[in-house]
Amino acid sequence: MSADALAPVAGPQPDSAGHFGRFGGRFVPEALVAALDELDGAWRTAMADESFRAEFGALLRDYAGTPSLLYEARRFSAKVGARVLLKREDLNHTGAHKVRNVLGQALLTKRMGKTRVIAETGAGQHGVATATAAALFDLECVVYMGEVDTERQALNVARMRMLGATVVPVTNGSRTLKDAMNEAMRDWVANVDETHYLIGTAAGPHPFPAMVRDFVRGIGDEARQQCLDLTGGLPDAVTACVGGGSNALGIFHAFVGDQAVRLYGFEAGGDGVATGRHAASITGGSAGVLHGTRTFVLQDADGQTLESHSISAGLDYPGVGPEHAWLHDTGRASYLPVTDDEAMAAFELLCRTEGIIPAIESAHALAGTVALAPKLAAELGREPTIVVNLSGRGDKDVHTAGDYFGILDKER
Amino acid sequence: MSRIGVAFDKARADGRALLVGCMPAGFPTVEGSIAAMTAMVEAGVDVIEVEIPYSDPVMDGPVIQRASDIALAGGVRTADTMRIIEAVAATGAPVVTMTYWNPVERYGVDVFARDLASAGGTGLVTPDLIPDEADEWLAASDAHGLDRTFLISPSSTDARLAMTVRHCRGFVYATAVMGVTGARARTSDAAPTLVSRARAVTDLPVGVGLGVGTGAQAGTVAGYADGVIVGSALIRCLLDAPTEAEGLAALRTLSAELAEGVRNPTR
Ligand SMILES: Cc1ncc(COP(=O)(O)O)c(C=O)c1O
Repeated sequence: MSADALAPVAGPQPDSAGHFGRFGGRFVPEALVAALDELDGAWRTAMADESFRAEFGALLRDYAGTPSLLYEARRFSAKVGARVLLKREDLNHTGAHKVRNVLGQALLTKRMGKTRVIAETGAGQHGVATATAAALFDLECVVYMGEVDTERQALNVARMRMLGATVVPVTNGSRTLKDAMNEAMRDWVANVDETHYLIGTAAGPHPFPAMVRDFVRGIGDEARQQCLDLTGGLPDAVTACVGGGSNALGIFHAFVGDQAVRLYGFEAGGDGVATGRHAASITGGSAGVLHGTRTFVLQDADGQTLESHSISAGLDYPGVGPEHAWLHDTGRASYLPVTDDEAMAAFELLCRTEGIIPAIESAHALAGTVALAPKLAAELGREPTIVVNLSGRGDKDVHTAGDYFGILDKER
Repeated sequence: MSRIGVAFDKARADGRALLVGCMPAGFPTVEGSIAAMTAMVEAGVDVIEVEIPYSDPVMDGPVIQRASDIALAGGVRTADTMRIIEAVAATGAPVVTMTYWNPVERYGVDVFARDLASAGGTGLVTPDLIPDEADEWLAASDAHGLDRTFLISPSSTDARLAMTVRHCRGFVYATAVMGVTGARARTSDAAPTLVSRARAVTDLPVGVGLGVGTGAQAGTVAGYADGVIVGSALIRCLLDAPTEAEGLAALRTLSAELAEGVRNPTR
């Protein structure tokens, strides 16, 4: 399956300038346009190149360990009232879906003859994946990470350093993912000749949203076939958490043409959207421009970006990829918020019923699924089948979760 | 011709470059920024570039970031910027506005253009808006008689450079350094080449920004460009001073030094 992970599909595509309806495009300094054009060209050429696709497919299979399993979570299903199939991206090398995107972009970096990659990271998963690929491909690697995140994800900082990357704590602004992204952009403008900015999600200026989507869409291609093989049909719904939106697009894309399959993206509702302390850009934001693209943004009346809040570092971002903004506009996908508490309840439920510790990001998808199941069951008049993207594993979150549940010993 | 065009023509006739000085609106306060910009004009800065502070200024280095943060923490609003522009335009110096795109979009592109024009602003410098995405701004700036300054860069292809300057009005902004704003020990070698590439495709004046901090550097840039754009070095005068009065004094001294520099182009 992964051997043809880049085979052309009929799914929705942006226009040639990267517009998804009224969203997307390029809102960047002119200094970056040449690099974005170069990347766009390299990506399109690579996509049409059998040898690139074969190389990417082999890496995904032999190195990342895909196709990931589609696992029927029976005990979890019984609690939830739906037949829940988990797409086990947590079992990938480096522990999340992010590795797919990183391997694709690292291969492109090599093709473009660049020797250095930079990345932003929130939870550290994308940073770890980038540092991993940089080690594998012998590239210099610098990862920008908000100082707040270096503290709550200290383990991942150590992992990146072990892999040979330089981790730069970002101390300006809100000291989280958005500020890490600003710093990475500044680095890129200054070093664009030898540097590729390896953006970690389906956001940013064209071609990043469409390109990243292409590299991760194997998730959905695999899951669709696996679901057919396992159940003899398509699921009633596909669910995922939405930060910047890569894991969600990755699993949605293959199903967009299947009108009977409902698509649900669960955003980080933090303390609740009504409190203003959240990271739900679609539910609680408005259209604007951030980090090179037009999309939904958390912003004040003057267009200043607002700080986002989430227990999950990987979802703690005040924007979202433009394709999601468009899927929301067209009504093809539904976006709903999940609070910190709801996510942590689902986190605990999966641990206890299945012996799987999910990433807190992925726990948002689980929590959304818990809430969705009874509604869907009532509507359909039968038990629904729901494919959930379990985008990552929770090793990195053990400390946060331990704190949340109050189960850490006070003394060491 | 726009007011800025007239000022550039006059400077050209005098055999010198125009000095453009940048300050974030509302830094250190709304009144403080009016005082600072007025002092700059009095000390010889020809054109004031008022930067609307923005939470995510990806083209700006640490100095402008800090000043913007201070302005935003002080609660400055886009509407205040209009008031500042009006006050500074009253000095008689042309006032151009620099802004990242989201504050304009949020204000409403046409309403923004209308208010900017009625405040006496001459036009906009747009660091993260390229002509490819600028349809709404092209229409609004035409409707309200405002100048449009898009950026050109050493990495721009000839085709893009020609396309970009074709959409400019007033002046062209050459970002001479591949990198963010901030005073540098050396200005860029790429700058003269970029300016002559622009000259090959436009008669509009070309301003050079990013990196200038001293009178001597201003003189060097004045040797090949029509305008010398200075930001971080001027802002630092205020950031580094223990009191506002000392800050203003330092700002006047540097403004005068730069004004002297643009009158002595090194060729
Ligand atoms: C496991 C996991 N899931 C989801 C996300 C959110 O990103 P995206 O919305 O791009 O999938 C992250 C980000 O770090 C992550 O680590």
